[in-house]
Amino acid sequence: MKARQRQLLWIAVVLIVVLACSFYSANGPQTTAVLAGTVRAATLLTLGALCGMIGERSGVVNIGIEGQFLMSAFFAFTVTSITGSLFMGAMAGIATGLTMGWMLAAMAVGLKVDQIIAGTVLNIGALGLTSFFYDGSRSLGVGKYTNIDLGSLADLPLVGTVFFSRPPITYLTMVLLVVVHVALFRSVWGMRTRAIGEHPGAADTVGIDVLRLRYINVTLAGGFAGLGGSYLALEAVGTFSRGMSGGRGFLALAVMIFGRRSPFGAYAAALFFGFTTALQNHFQLNSVFDIPPQFVGMLPFVVTIIVVALSGLMGSMRDPAALGQTYEKG
Amino acid sequence: MSRSTLRSVAVPLAAVILGLLIGALLIVSQGASPVTAYSSLIQGGLGDGDALLRTLQKATPLIFGGLAVAFAFKAGLFNIGGQGQLLVGAVFAAAVGFGVDGLPTFIHLPAALIAGALAGAIWGGIAGALKATTGAHEVIVTIMLNFVAGNLTDWLSANPWKDNSGNNIVARTPLVEDSATIPTLGAVPVGFLLAVITAIGCWMILERSTYGFEVRSVGQNRNAAHYAGIKVGWTMASTMAVAGTLAALGGAVESLGVDGRFEAGVNVGLGFEGITIALLARANPLGVIPAALLVGLMEAGASRMQFKAGVAPELIDVIQALILFFVAAPMIVRWLLRMRQGDSEQLRLGAGWGNS
Repeated sequence: MKARQRQLLWIAVVLIVVLACSFYSANGPQTTAVLAGTVRAATLLTLGALCGMIGERSGVVNIGIEGQFLMSAFFAFTVTSITGSLFMGAMAGIATGLTMGWMLAAMAVGLKVDQIIAGTVLNIGALGLTSFFYDGSRSLGVGKYTNIDLGSLADLPLVGTVFFSRPPITYLTMVLLVVVHVALFRSVWGMRTRAIGEHPGAADTVGIDVLRLRYINVTLAGGFAGLGGSYLALEAVGTFSRGMSGGRGFLALAVMIFGRRSPFGAYAAALFFGFTTALQNHFQLNSVFDIPPQFVGMLPFVVTIIVVALSGLMGSMRDPAALGQTYEKG
Repeated sequence: MSRSTLRSVAVPLAAVILGLLIGALLIVSQGASPVTAYSSLIQGGLGDGDALLRTLQKATPLIFGGLAVAFAFKAGLFNIGGQGQLLVGAVFAAAVGFGVDGLPTFIHLPAALIAGALAGAIWGGIAGALKATTGAHEVIVTIMLNFVAGNLTDWLSANPWKDNSGNNIVARTPLVEDSATIPTLGAVPVGFLLAVITAIGCWMILERSTYGFEVRSVGQNRNAAHYAGIKVGWTMASTMAVAGTLAALGGAVESLGVDGRFEAGVNVGLGFEGITIALLARANPLGVIPAALLVGLMEAGASRMQFKAGVAPELIDVIQALILFFVAAPMIVRWLLRMRQGDSEQLRLGAGWGNS
């Protein structure tokens, strides 16, 4: 990161903290509600972005995150409903995500199917299969995941509720952020992964099995989307409904690109998006302004367009060089 | 039929058959009869005049939506914004359709279609212009614009353009005037003819015009196109505007020819199916027509299949995904058909993703 960018980042962080503190002193409960909503809305997007990021860093586009969310949510819900265990459901969700990731890898890396088509196959297939086998009479049977207080940390003002009194998958997501960051930028695996995404030919020359690593990475990445599906069914909503991912797999892609394909960047982007969503809910619930709800509903999306355009102007976006291309061994 | 034409038809045909076969297994797993299910599906889509009309009506927005994706693909752009473009096209066409009266059909109907098309051109053009000027990724922007369009059209049909007749509480516009209604000739809706003509027009533009050459050049290699003197930014922006126009026409025909009005929530999901159609057609504008007819037929017959054979209509989505998979993975089909690989068989779209 350049010195100027780091400076801007610190200014932004200080500004956010100052703003949050002053709003909190003005109206504590509502500021807490909005910021807690922000963290809540960011979890699913972050998990989707981690899934997309590992794929794209290895040179494989994944537009099938939407389908991976949906299918994993379906199995997480169904398994919990049958076994009565949230844990088993969450595991089933992850396993489904891994399987969907493996299918994407088999198509995009193994069969050399165009990556965009492979993702679309996952999306349509997941929507069709989950709707076809949907059983409206089924219910979760047990309550969804509830908040866990992290000891006395949860008693802190503002940050206590916002960060330290969350349900389990949200905590896990925060841990995974750090894990993926370290793995991507500080490990041999991460260096190899970035190499096959930027210049597979060169990586091949130094002895990295490009296709094998892409296969493994895309499959593993599916696990993150699978956890996202579990989050959706078991932590956020507590049931399954047709098409419940509602476009958030695509939003996760936007978050990933906006966050420059880095875990913390993606989390910042997800928090930003979550904030506009939470603010919109807040405006609607409390009718803060006399604006039709549809216009308030546009807020997160319009803001995202503006921000993406602005950051494009600042020249901060660059895709991995070999993104989207099938690798043929020379 | 030349060998290459035969080959280009053989793979999709085999893909359809494989998709239906696996679909049959799913039907059996639900304890129903595949023969009854498929025969009622075909009857519901082709059995009589009404069935044929339904199929053609279903195929119409699919053709427009498929073209909207295929046209943008040629410039290396991925238009996921068909849904939003379709919605604004549908609501603005309906607005001119019900808002103006006393005009003769030959003025009113084109005016309504143009209103919808213009709205779509703007909606698609925003994404294209942002891509050209700021480098904002068209995938992100078109997805965001879908959500914005959903909210905007909800508001328009619930407030300024709401149907206040009787005690209507639904977010919908009044019925369009007769002079703005797209007629039906026997079992053939005129909107379908319009879609077919548009598909042929797209093919002519892309393959036979200077503009089409520029679009394809930009799609194949942006840098080379730039050095050849093609205005890359303008080509991308205008291509997205054309794509938006195409999707919006699909929405306009829905409002003026099928639903008779715009109603919030009715067209949801229709815009996304354009992606499937374009992929099935391998981004060929002429191929979009049979692809849309096939999917249109299945959608038209799905409710009869549910009624007669007790099979959930969502089976259609599963079969679509399977067909798409087999079309995209010609290796499998070729192995089954013992065919050798053709030069242009592999479809490459993902490569356009990486050079924003």
